[in-house]
Amino acid sequence: MSEKKNILRVENVTMQFGGVVAVDNLNMEINEGEIVALIGPNGAGKTTAFNVITGVYAPSNGRVWFDGECIVENHPQGKMKKLYKGEHNGEYTHVKEPTPDRITALGMARTFQNIRLWKSMTVFDNVLIAKHMRRSSNVFSATFRGNLKEEAAQRREVAELLELVGLSDVKDELSTSLPYGKQRRLEIARALATHPKLLLLDEPAAGMNPQETLELTEFIGQIREKFQITILLIEHHMDLVMDISDRIYVLDFGKLIAHGVPEEIQNNERVIDAYLGVSDDAED
Amino acid sequence: MLNKKDNKKSFISFVLVALFLVLVIVLDQVIKPTDKMSMLLTVLQKGSVYALAAVSMNLLNGFTGLFSLGHAGFMLVGAYTYAIFSIPAAARDTVYQYYDAVIRISFPEVFGNAMGGFGTVLGVTLSVIMAGLAAALLAFLIGLPVLRLKSDYLAIATLGFAEIIRAVFQWSKLGPVTNGSNLLKSFTRTSSFRLTIGDTTITLATFVPVLIATISIIVIVLLVNSTYGRAFKAIRDDEVAAEAMGIGLAKHKMISFVISSFFAGVSGATMAMVLSIAQASNFKAAMTYEILLMVVLGGIGSITGSIIGSLLFVASSEWWLRGLDSGTFLGINAPTIFRNGFRLVVFSVIIMIVVLFFRKGIMGDRELPEVIAGWKRKIAKKKEVASK
Amino acid sequence: MNVMHTVLPYIISGISVGGQYALIAIGYTMVYGILRLINFAHGDVFMVAGLMMVYMAASLPLYIAIPLMILLTVLLGFAIERVAYKPLRTAPRMSVMISAIGVSYLLQNLALYITGGLNKNYPAIPWISDRITVLGMETTRVTVITPFLTIALVVALVLLINHTKIGMAMRAVSVDFDTAQLMGIKINSVISATFIIGTFLAAIGSMLFFTSFPGIVPTSGGMPGLKAFVAAVFGGIGSIPGAVIGAFIIGICESIIKGLDTILIVSGSITEQVGFATFSDAFTFVLLIVILVFKPTGLFGEKTTDKV
Repeated sequence: MSEKKNILRVENVTMQFGGVVAVDNLNMEINEGEIVALIGPNGAGKTTAFNVITGVYAPSNGRVWFDGECIVENHPQGKMKKLYKGEHNGEYTHVKEPTPDRITALGMARTFQNIRLWKSMTVFDNVLIAKHMRRSSNVFSATFRGNLKEEAAQRREVAELLELVGLSDVKDELSTSLPYGKQRRLEIARALATHPKLLLLDEPAAGMNPQETLELTEFIGQIREKFQITILLIEHHMDLVMDISDRIYVLDFGKLIAHGVPEEIQNNERVIDAYLGVSDDAED
Repeated sequence: MLNKKDNKKSFISFVLVALFLVLVIVLDQVIKPTDKMSMLLTVLQKGSVYALAAVSMNLLNGFTGLFSLGHAGFMLVGAYTYAIFSIPAAARDTVYQYYDAVIRISFPEVFGNAMGGFGTVLGVTLSVIMAGLAAALLAFLIGLPVLRLKSDYLAIATLGFAEIIRAVFQWSKLGPVTNGSNLLKSFTRTSSFRLTIGDTTITLATFVPVLIATISIIVIVLLVNSTYGRAFKAIRDDEVAAEAMGIGLAKHKMISFVISSFFAGVSGATMAMVLSIAQASNFKAAMTYEILLMVVLGGIGSITGSIIGSLLFVASSEWWLRGLDSGTFLGINAPTIFRNGFRLVVFSVIIMIVVLFFRKGIMGDRELPEVIAGWKRKIAKKKEVASK
Repeated sequence: MNVMHTVLPYIISGISVGGQYALIAIGYTMVYGILRLINFAHGDVFMVAGLMMVYMAASLPLYIAIPLMILLTVLLGFAIERVAYKPLRTAPRMSVMISAIGVSYLLQNLALYITGGLNKNYPAIPWISDRITVLGMETTRVTVITPFLTIALVVALVLLINHTKIGMAMRAVSVDFDTAQLMGIKINSVISATFIIGTFLAAIGSMLFFTSFPGIVPTSGGMPGLKAFVAAVFGGIGSIPGAVIGAFIIGICESIIKGLDTILIVSGSITEQVGFATFSDAFTFVLLIVILVFKPTGLFGEKTTDKV
């Protein structure tokens, strides 16, 4: 344990789909201000872990802490009682299954592996909608324009944010008309607009060429500095991971097989085995 | 983008709407019921009922992406609520022939007696708002279980609820409230709206429904362009992303469903006013389908589209294609083909053509000002090319 | 004994109506299984089948009219798919559903035009319309043979699906549309076959259904169609046995509710009419909503999870 304040703790989280154990007793800790990478071969359960942390799936067992508060908890006697028989069975007694929007409201925001922008809307609106949750107006005051000040302030913030991420020149274009790299950037900007403390990036460099990846690496570093946030990312581009991560967790077949600073991971036998063992789809 | 340009746009729209309302009042005075053009008034009256119904359905289907088919049910609730609270005391026993009416208050009458003409207006307004609220309350209760369902399951569940509502309103045990399967009548209707100043009487039969629809649609436009409207569109485009960005699905779907139903209720009340009767058996699934087709005709996701779509729908079925039913159409006299029902056949074929080949409808998901701006740009470009 | 004697006719007629719904429900469930489309026009095809029978029986002998009616109905089902659904194969699901609603609207209006909105009497079909006595009560023969005929047809259909090449293709397409296409299955012919089978059964269903009804109006197809759809959802959409069981349950419940006033009066629970019969249609939808809320996949449906 470092001396820094702990922001996310994943405690014995297991996620089963039918007979498949996608995540098996995962334990992870992330401290404030860190950039942590979650890596592993395809199908290792990384995105499933993200989905549990952000409330998309209720886990079969285990608990997630965020900023000192237990946000997700499930026990085998809950919904999944027929399925779970593994370790730490019966240790968790509460059921906490918040919807993703509640977790986002607590200060956690994410991007998606397969970009999920709102297709019919402009770049500006995509970011502006993410501000919706930080409103104080209700449906009546918003309809009858009692929120003009707030709306103006939000629009200003969005404009600033777009300036910062370098998308202000395309702000009135349709989100899907952007090139791939910029769509990724827009997704990050959208997540930032919710004022997160912790940002989860699901393969931000997927499908990018080396030049774009380099730019993205720099961009992620900038984000951490400017917004003073913690970042957890899933990534296959090892250059990027080794370059910016403070610590790395490695998953294989749902199990944590290693964690440590980049140098340790690079020299870890089990990690090398896991990646080489899966010959064709380890890295793209 | 709350700048001067937007202010100017809103001002222009405001002026245009005001001019339109004045024009409606003028038409109401100029056109006599015996004129051929009196069909125009009918179209405006029924058109505003359907325009409001279509716009409110579009809020749900087009802007929030919830495919609901329960509209006729909410309109029924609106029509009945309005009717029940507007039947004057003297007429109650004649209307409720077989039952002993329970609700015996008539808002237009009570306020009218107390405050005169202004009171009647207040009473009618109150009844219309009650109609909307009744529909909204019911929508809230129905929404709790059904809004969790996905696309076509939601469609069929809402369709089912509309049928249940219809059965409940026709149930003989509820006769003292709903008059069972008999119709409600004798309540304040549009043709009784007139303004007398000195010796001149101004008829407001068309103005009132048009005004109700206009105000309601303006509120819906404001909602759609607010932060909530944007959240609805986010849900329509990608639910998962919307939820991840902090938009509570259950809450926002419910807001959209309840507001849409509120205005469906208001449109039902207006329909009762225009037709001067309210009868449950009219509010079948077929009515929902017709409204849906109006929305499709205008373009899903376009409010001006829904208005244009419903006006065209009503105008064609009530007026322009009449000849197809009565022997002569476009000067062709063929009573064996142009007989009762042919109009609807031609009409449904037109709709199928739109559905199959012009899937975006008349407006797509754009609004009229955008389309006009697009034309302007095109014309300017053409001129530029021509001058070169 | 007295109560039983009152209830029995309702149960028997319920089983019969259930069988007729089952024949329509199969069309819904098969189409939904393959195209994920609620074919709103299916109920109206059923009505058109009835009307065709009315017009043809007026001028042709029954042994020609019946097969011709079935053939024309099947052609209609085939044509609807080709004209109204095939062009929208890649369109959003909402568009296809709207197209189905459009077809339903067209068929109803066409029927309205041709019949002039008048109630058309269904021709009496000898033998099956005859009155007979079963278990001490009088009924028509159609009531008795419907459930048996339904079950025979369903068994034949299940055999077809499980043991023929086209059946195998249907199953493959309903599991995974895109993969089946990649594997070289001719999607369009599978879909056409589905529509042909569905409308064939609906045509037979319409013959059984309208024989015991006073007549047909253009909206006659709507309600039985919706109920059959509910039956399909109730049984778990995509499952043929599910649809059949769902249809029988709905048919019986509906018939009992129609007679509930009488039954309760005879049993002494109530003394005057309550008017439960008003809810005989609405009940189906109550059942639908209950099943959708508590078990959205229906009795025999398979669970699917959305991937994020």
